[in-house]
Amino acid sequence: MAAVRTSSEVAFNRAAIAAVLVATLIFLAPIYWIASTAFKPKELAVSVPPTVLFEPEVTPFVRLFTKRVQMQKPVDPQVYEAAPWWEKRIYDGGERVLKVGKDVQLSQYPDRFTNSLIVAVISTVLAVGMGTFTAYGFSRFKIAGEADLLFFILSTRMLPPVVVAIPMFLMYRMVGLNDSHIGLIILYVAFNLSFSVWLMKGFMDEIPKEYEEAALVDGYTRMQAFFKIVLPEAATGIAATAVFCFITAWNEYAFALIMTNRRAQTAPPFIPSQIGSGLPDWTTIAAGTFLFLLPVAIFTFLLRNHLLRGVTFGAIRK
Amino acid sequence: MASVALTNLDPASRAAARGWSDLTIRNLFIIPTLVFLIVFNIFPLIYSLGYSFTNFAANRSEPWQFVGLQNYRELLSDDHIWSNFVITAKYVIVSVAGQMVVGFGLALLLNRSFPMKGLITTLLLLPMMMSAAVVGLFWQLLYSPSWGPINYVFGLGDFAWLSNPDSALYAVAITDIWMWSPFVMLLSLAGLSAVPQHLYEAAAIDRAGWWYTFTRITLPLVSPILLIALIFRTMEAFKTFDIAYTMTTQPTAELIAIRLYKQAFQQWDTGKSCALAYIVLIMVLAITNLYVKYLNKVKER
Repeated sequence: MAAVRTSSEVAFNRAAIAAVLVATLIFLAPIYWIASTAFKPKELAVSVPPTVLFEPEVTPFVRLFTKRVQMQKPVDPQVYEAAPWWEKRIYDGGERVLKVGKDVQLSQYPDRFTNSLIVAVISTVLAVGMGTFTAYGFSRFKIAGEADLLFFILSTRMLPPVVVAIPMFLMYRMVGLNDSHIGLIILYVAFNLSFSVWLMKGFMDEIPKEYEEAALVDGYTRMQAFFKIVLPEAATGIAATAVFCFITAWNEYAFALIMTNRRAQTAPPFIPSQIGSGLPDWTTIAAGTFLFLLPVAIFTFLLRNHLLRGVTFGAIRK
Repeated sequence: MASVALTNLDPASRAAARGWSDLTIRNLFIIPTLVFLIVFNIFPLIYSLGYSFTNFAANRSEPWQFVGLQNYRELLSDDHIWSNFVITAKYVIVSVAGQMVVGFGLALLLNRSFPMKGLITTLLLLPMMMSAAVVGLFWQLLYSPSWGPINYVFGLGDFAWLSNPDSALYAVAITDIWMWSPFVMLLSLAGLSAVPQHLYEAAAIDRAGWWYTFTRITLPLVSPILLIALIFRTMEAFKTFDIAYTMTTQPTAELIAIRLYKQAFQQWDTGKSCALAYIVLIMVLAITNLYVKYLNKVKER
């Protein structure tokens, strides 16, 4: 905007900044709500009027990670005294933690969370790896029908997941890949590969060709030049692309819902399925949601300078 | 699909080539990706095109029969499917219009320098980075009729946002606006920051009013990038599944993707679902085509 001059412009500017702050608070309120519910005592999660300020506790997280049953009679005071702090919190709620011998029985959540990690990390490594090579190819060599090929590559990303999932489900059933990590990883690589090619091509285009040409003159082969000159130059781009691919795979729902149900189920289909019937325990669900959203929030801050590129497939940069 | 013809490698680099030739490297770098995408994206689509002409049901073992165009005919004359398309259209219009207005509005407000601008912009971008399924889940908590904070703040008593047939779709759209306005904001900010300052200075010298400056300078220069945001969000909203599926079961909020999911994986009407998938696919590809066209245009600028 033009340099601020008149007093009315100063006032307008101040009003705009105030409006931005209000809008930010409104946008963050839902996130605050889910984060705060994760630390609320059970009864405050569903209180009327809604509770904004309270003394936070971590009991929802203990509930999130353990299998519990309702106690029929109050706990033996000696047992209670001997229990670690987190188990006491469960006793306080009228429940006890299920155990096999001395080992605490874990809920399904850590399992699903681990599945999400496995699938997201491996699919990201593969998608970014292949994408980097392909992007270099598109960036440096002349290819007949390049625009068409790039359109083809991008269009695979735009396919609605349910549309692709129907035939993939049938094919996976034939070869036994349903409800397996590999099956989900393949789908996520296919989904993210096109994105990673487009994004990496933008980064590759920015690395001056002269760097490699100098290396070639110095006696490097093209492959050596690629690994020793281009890849280090592209490191930031590769990292940004990886984080984007990770977030997409981490968040993905439709494929996971259709292709997995127990062994390989990831967190996104699992977390909503906890609601079930009856009165849901929102504090525990919020705790699971909070932990699940935390990595994404951290990554968003790491990515902030690349967000624009990421959401436009590398076409627009700041 | 165009073939990877052997043409026009950079002669300078060929002269300097040692080890593998550029041609080998190019093929080695590109072909695996293309093959992978064809095997896992295009082949399944061909496979399902075949099934779309049959009465195949994936949960039954009896042999299927070729039924020709019957699936397509039935779908296109099915009122239920049409109502799903109408619901989807309503949803796309409301949620994309909301995102464009809120997102562009935020960008106009943010387009000035003030302390902690970077932090605030990043905070505003958080919603769109989240999992839509999980967002849908926790908005259920916010919309809860008896103890949800939304009804409390707006004094709506126990209005049941998600189980009221009239409001369910709009409740989902509001959540979608919350989630995706930041996307429009991000693109708009890029467009706004690319408007040359001297144009505003010239307008100020001419004592042009705010509205005049906005409609004659800002809007025309930002519109290409706004168009990108519009097409992309339209395409994504058309495909919406996660957020609506986790938020409500109301038939009035049954988007076409949800209908497709139910038909394929709950009613196991596989052949017909493949046909419906194709109808949806053709629509999405048409919008994708537009999107890529404008993306390349903006890139060339």
